[in-house]
Amino acid sequence: MNKISLVIQREYLTRVKKKSFLITTILVPLIIIGFYAAIIAISVSDSTDTSKIAVLDDGDLLNGKIEKSKGDNIAYSFITNETEESFKAKYKKDGYNYFLYIPKIDINQPTGISLHSESSVNITTKSKVERSINTAIERKRMEAANIKPDQYKAINADVSIANPLDSGKNSVTKVATIVAFACGILIYMILMIYGTMVMRGVMEEKISRIAEVIISSVKPFQLMLGKIIGIGLVGITQFGIWIILIVGLQFLLPLIFPSMAHSATELAQAAPQAQTANGFTQALEGIGSLPIGLIIFCFLFYFVGGYLMYASLFAAIGSVISEDQQEAQQLVFPVMMPIIFAFVIMTKAVTNPSSGLAIFGSIFPLTSPIVMMARICFDVPAWQLIVSMLLLVVTFIFFVWLTAKIYRTGILLYGKKVTWREMIKWLGRRS
Amino acid sequence: MALLELHNLKKYYATQKAVDDISFSIEKGSIFGLLGPNGAGKTTLLRMITGIFFPDEGKIMFDGREFDPINDIVNIGYMPEERGLYKKMKIGDQALYLAQLKGLSKSDAMARIKEWFLKFEMQTWWNKKVEDLSKGMSQKLQFVTTVLHEPKLIILDEPFSGLDPVNANMIKDEIYRLAQKGATIIFSTHRMEQVEEICDHIVLVNKGKKILDGSVQKVRHDFKENLFKVQFSNKIMPEHLAIHLFHVIKPGERELIIRRDPEYSNNDILQYFINKGLAVESFNEILPSLNDIFIKLVEGTPSTRQFQAVTA
Repeated sequence: MNKISLVIQREYLTRVKKKSFLITTILVPLIIIGFYAAIIAISVSDSTDTSKIAVLDDGDLLNGKIEKSKGDNIAYSFITNETEESFKAKYKKDGYNYFLYIPKIDINQPTGISLHSESSVNITTKSKVERSINTAIERKRMEAANIKPDQYKAINADVSIANPLDSGKNSVTKVATIVAFACGILIYMILMIYGTMVMRGVMEEKISRIAEVIISSVKPFQLMLGKIIGIGLVGITQFGIWIILIVGLQFLLPLIFPSMAHSATELAQAAPQAQTANGFTQALEGIGSLPIGLIIFCFLFYFVGGYLMYASLFAAIGSVISEDQQEAQQLVFPVMMPIIFAFVIMTKAVTNPSSGLAIFGSIFPLTSPIVMMARICFDVPAWQLIVSMLLLVVTFIFFVWLTAKIYRTGILLYGKKVTWREMIKWLGRRS
Repeated sequence: MALLELHNLKKYYATQKAVDDISFSIEKGSIFGLLGPNGAGKTTLLRMITGIFFPDEGKIMFDGREFDPINDIVNIGYMPEERGLYKKMKIGDQALYLAQLKGLSKSDAMARIKEWFLKFEMQTWWNKKVEDLSKGMSQKLQFVTTVLHEPKLIILDEPFSGLDPVNANMIKDEIYRLAQKGATIIFSTHRMEQVEEICDHIVLVNKGKKILDGSVQKVRHDFKENLFKVQFSNKIMPEHLAIHLFHVIKPGERELIIRRDPEYSNNDILQYFINKGLAVESFNEILPSLNDIFIKLVEGTPSTRQFQAVTA
């Protein structure tokens, strides 16, 4: 036991102390956040400047005042004694960015309103102006129909349709899809990144010829398990740092760029379909209704189980590779395949979580860590969860035991290409 | 008293009888040579002695008890032929890690490493990485990590390969010193001149079987071919050479190498030369070198082992 902990310590510390670990661990979230910030910054960059718009209201639509929505930073100035043709030539010279012309219109068929500009008006500004005009037209129509604003409010319907489940729980479709997808991808990444890291670690030991030296002090199984656990801890550390950094930066970002956060919500509101904003807030509310505890528990469970299972497979592959990188690719493919397959099932399971394929994928142990994580937000029947977990535990114990046999022989074998048949033969060998 | 006894060890692989019924024992404090051509089964044998492999059949006795791979491992230091180090790890950390795996406490390991590093003039290496070391340097480090925990049994597989004479001597001296302090050393190599120089006792294995076992002196005597080198102070004439007492292997002006006819004694030959009026300056028996014995015994068997079907 003491020896395993020594191996774990070495595997962990040598990796965590490496410069490349620090760089990737810190840079990756910075790049993600930076990318995210850049997208927002670019898309809202125009709207942070105040646009000055000259308004020529020939149709008396606005009655000299414009109703601005929240966060609207457009400065409107009404001009008189001009025509569309005459002012079109000089609004730039007079210091306006745009020129809004409202002809005499029929409020039932309001056409011909135009916003003159030199180059295309950006979408944010355009939608702000449109919103103001729409408000004005609505008011005129209400006046014409003799409806008081209060009455209008009373009539106006804003219904969202509920999706009650027969099991009596709340429907969380939209946010569940997002969370499910994120969980599935996360497990997929963990299996791929740290699985191959285990394989490289084993190869390193074999190629640098240290394996036999170590094995004369430690049992091969202890060495393999120590490596797998050590690298698993590296993974947990790395993901922990990433999560802390990403969450931290997300909170920090608005403090550093206050206007940016403001603009982001504005952008969401300004988007042509108002339901996006609606969905967004709905999603935020939806998180509360997700089974957070269950998700975290399952994430940890499938992370540990899936990782141990695949890492032991990767370790076995690493142990039989002598030097040839190409050989590595050839041997590693059969191990990668179920992971990729699971990813594909996962993308299907997210949209249709109770399909036969999704249920199969979430119970079959080679794919269950990824697929079940995607289904977990959608109210999985308890028996499926239990069967899936039991199968995973049994499989990973079986695989660790099985791969230890391959590992034990492979790690001491030099300069020989190992075939699948030989590996299967090793499985039957006594220790 | 024997530190290690092997009784009828067998290890069969799918296509080879790697070790086929080998028994021998090694005295405490001796330097023991395990010899054999490539693929003779030496490494498999050593891996069984170090507990890496379990024998299919047979028994290993260690220090009077049955060998227990888990607990006796701390009493063994093994430097395998295929050896290496973690390339990216610092030398000091690496030595510390390997020592701790052998059951030393951290402070204990630290003190001993410092002592050895001082002895081998490696103090400045502590924070260097293995990839910065030359082959000879990492060899020295490997030797240190093998003997650091003061094992009762030290197994060195080709310990001098890649070492320059100065460093080889340094390690050789340490081997002697360790043996004097009571450690038993198994020394596996193809380099016969080293075996002759260092080892007390040898075992030669070929094709998985033991074909020779004995002290170096005894083995050389057993294989002697009655060859003598005789030097004279006056010139040898052709008529001086008799036909019945000996055969001349290599004639010369003042020196002869002869093979004595086994029916006669050394004195008969000396008498003969004296009677012929030759002044004998020296008369020495030429014992075969281990190299000759090795080649003689192994010759005729294919240089690399052929694979065979194993039925047993």
